[in-house]
Amino acid sequence: MNIHEYQGKILFKEAGVKVQDGIHCKTVNDALNAYDSLGSKVVAVKSQIHAGGRGKGTLYDQETNDLVMEGGVKIAFSREDVEKYAQNIIGRKLVTKQTGASGKIVNNLYIEAGCSIAHEYYLALLVDREAKSILIMASTEGGMDIEEVAEKTPEAIHKIWTHPVDGLNENDAVEMADNLNLEGISKQELVSMLNSLSKMFVEKDCSMIEINPLVRSESGEMIALDAKVSFDENASFRHPWMEEMRDHSEEEEVETRAHDHGLSYVKLDGNIGCLVNGAGLAMASMDVIKLYGGEPANFLDIGGGATRDSITTAFGIILEDDNVEGILVNIFGGIIQCDMVARSVIEASNELGLKVPLVVRFSGTNHVEGKEVLDSCDLDVHTASTLAEGAEKIVNLTRRVE
Amino acid sequence: MSIWIHEKSKVLIQGITGKQGTFHGTKMDEYNTNVVGGVTPGKGGQFVELPSKKVPVFNTVAEGLEDTKADVSLIYVPARFAAAAIVEAADAFHEKEGGLIVCITEGIPILDMVKAVARVNQYPEVRLIGPNCPGIITPGDIGGSKAGIMPGFIHAKGRIGIVSKSGTLTYEAVAQTMSVGEGQSTCVGIGGDPVNGTGFIDCLDAFEKDDQTVAVVMIGEIGGSAEEEAAEWASKNMTKPIVGFVAGSTAPPGKRMGHAGAIISGGKGTAAEKFKAFEAAGIYVARDPSEIGNVLVKALEDSGLR
Repeated sequence: MNIHEYQGKILFKEAGVKVQDGIHCKTVNDALNAYDSLGSKVVAVKSQIHAGGRGKGTLYDQETNDLVMEGGVKIAFSREDVEKYAQNIIGRKLVTKQTGASGKIVNNLYIEAGCSIAHEYYLALLVDREAKSILIMASTEGGMDIEEVAEKTPEAIHKIWTHPVDGLNENDAVEMADNLNLEGISKQELVSMLNSLSKMFVEKDCSMIEINPLVRSESGEMIALDAKVSFDENASFRHPWMEEMRDHSEEEEVETRAHDHGLSYVKLDGNIGCLVNGAGLAMASMDVIKLYGGEPANFLDIGGGATRDSITTAFGIILEDDNVEGILVNIFGGIIQCDMVARSVIEASNELGLKVPLVVRFSGTNHVEGKEVLDSCDLDVHTASTLAEGAEKIVNLTRRVE
Repeated sequence: MSIWIHEKSKVLIQGITGKQGTFHGTKMDEYNTNVVGGVTPGKGGQFVELPSKKVPVFNTVAEGLEDTKADVSLIYVPARFAAAAIVEAADAFHEKEGGLIVCITEGIPILDMVKAVARVNQYPEVRLIGPNCPGIITPGDIGGSKAGIMPGFIHAKGRIGIVSKSGTLTYEAVAQTMSVGEGQSTCVGIGGDPVNGTGFIDCLDAFEKDDQTVAVVMIGEIGGSAEEEAAEWASKNMTKPIVGFVAGSTAPPGKRMGHAGAIISGGKGTAAEKFKAFEAAGIYVARDPSEIGNVLVKALEDSGLR
């Protein structure tokens, strides 16, 4: 689960990580009031969306799609600047490298006091799956896209590890400061910041903290100028505050609805809807559809505990997608029984008025009974015995539709 | 003789009195698995009725091991308590001769797993499989031994080892071996979480040393670099042929595909990279899971095994 920069900075402050003063705003008026109360002549006017690349993004009008402004993060040198930028940002569509062409509507703004920057760094904490520990990585190339740094100058990225049991080793933190060529107060502040962030990472069950840029000010202070924080939702049971930080407008409504029914759904751009049990098999089904020349419309794992109700919901979600011209159901019954799925599929098809071709492949528990149920119903269902056969059939059937 | 679990393995079930624990305990017993007891704190002294016998419930894993001499502990405990259950089992096995922990539970907080895996790794005689996995099965002559949720009836005793990150895709691989007349030595689901116990290399190493296994089917998923590392390791250490498939060629970057670990992040962990690593390591690649059987036949023929 992702949160906004302004929320991340509240957590940073609590954790003892230095940030500039800033105020979260929803309107142009808010922004002007924020400017007045911050008392800083120069401020940053920052779009708040759950995607990176805001600074280099482009703002468009929601209705007309006309270009409004280049750059979703602006430095304002006056009250008039703040007004202009806020007007150009709030309610607009921000398209960045990470949002895709459809962009994201900006509903939140952050006005932050300016800062005299001597140097920009990159800093991130994340779970290292191979080392089974928490990786802290930093680079002197702040402000840049870390993937680019990793590709072009991997030696510029310095790594240390901290563990939720043992905590951060002081020597490692000092070594990191040395690697970033920090001295005096800056060195002390970085070491203290790494400690604070390591503790925050564990206490809040973060899955990632990224600060890009982390800056050294002219006076040598180390300040987090950005905050990208995400949490492990599996740990939400012990963090009731997580739900309060969630911005539903930033999440795909249909994916949330699927999640609430025990389904795992991701929308894609193709025309063949998929309903599968198991994440690996669901991905493999998409892959095989593609292999036979089709394009999957979605990833959908109904999980091991699927019921008639969740399968009906799943079918509904697939059919809501106007691009869907055919559906492949691929079930390898383990705990889940194919005949139950068959009855649920028939029920959902009747209820929702299925108008596209349907191919069903059953294997495993009760697959024979499942096929019998399908064979004896009035629906026009095609069956297949292997995934390849199922994929080939649905690809051919959707071609005919065109 | 198969790896890590065999017909004589004694299995304890943590969470046996829960709905999942009882349901799967019953299925395991029906498959002839030697279920010797269960653990549910506060329910020690009770019994659970399985089809072939009544098994005792203990308050702690340590008590259960003392009484039953179990060498496998299978965990069906809710996510918020599962990491503690792993640690409890690891500590208890460490006090005895060691053992195998299999954790089926999905949705365990990742930092809980970082802590639990660190504990398990302190004990060389304790192995953890999972979490978020179907478990491990060794088919026998009649039924076999299964510590997990996979449907037993699709398996048959044989000479192919299977290791997979995914549940149902493992079943698919099993069905593929069966379709070409091959059975399985042992099938291990290592799970789709970013931080887990046993990995691909552990499994490949064990299959390489196992005299019953002649070839391995390895099923990976997008995310992380475990497949690449396993391929690299295999190219230096495996003499037995491997057939490989990776799910997620069509997955968009930055989107989690069901499993917590199945995500292409920062352009890393793509299926294309993993397939490339497989090919570079001399692994027989199946681009379509329905092809695993045919590719396996080719691998066996090339090695003079068919």
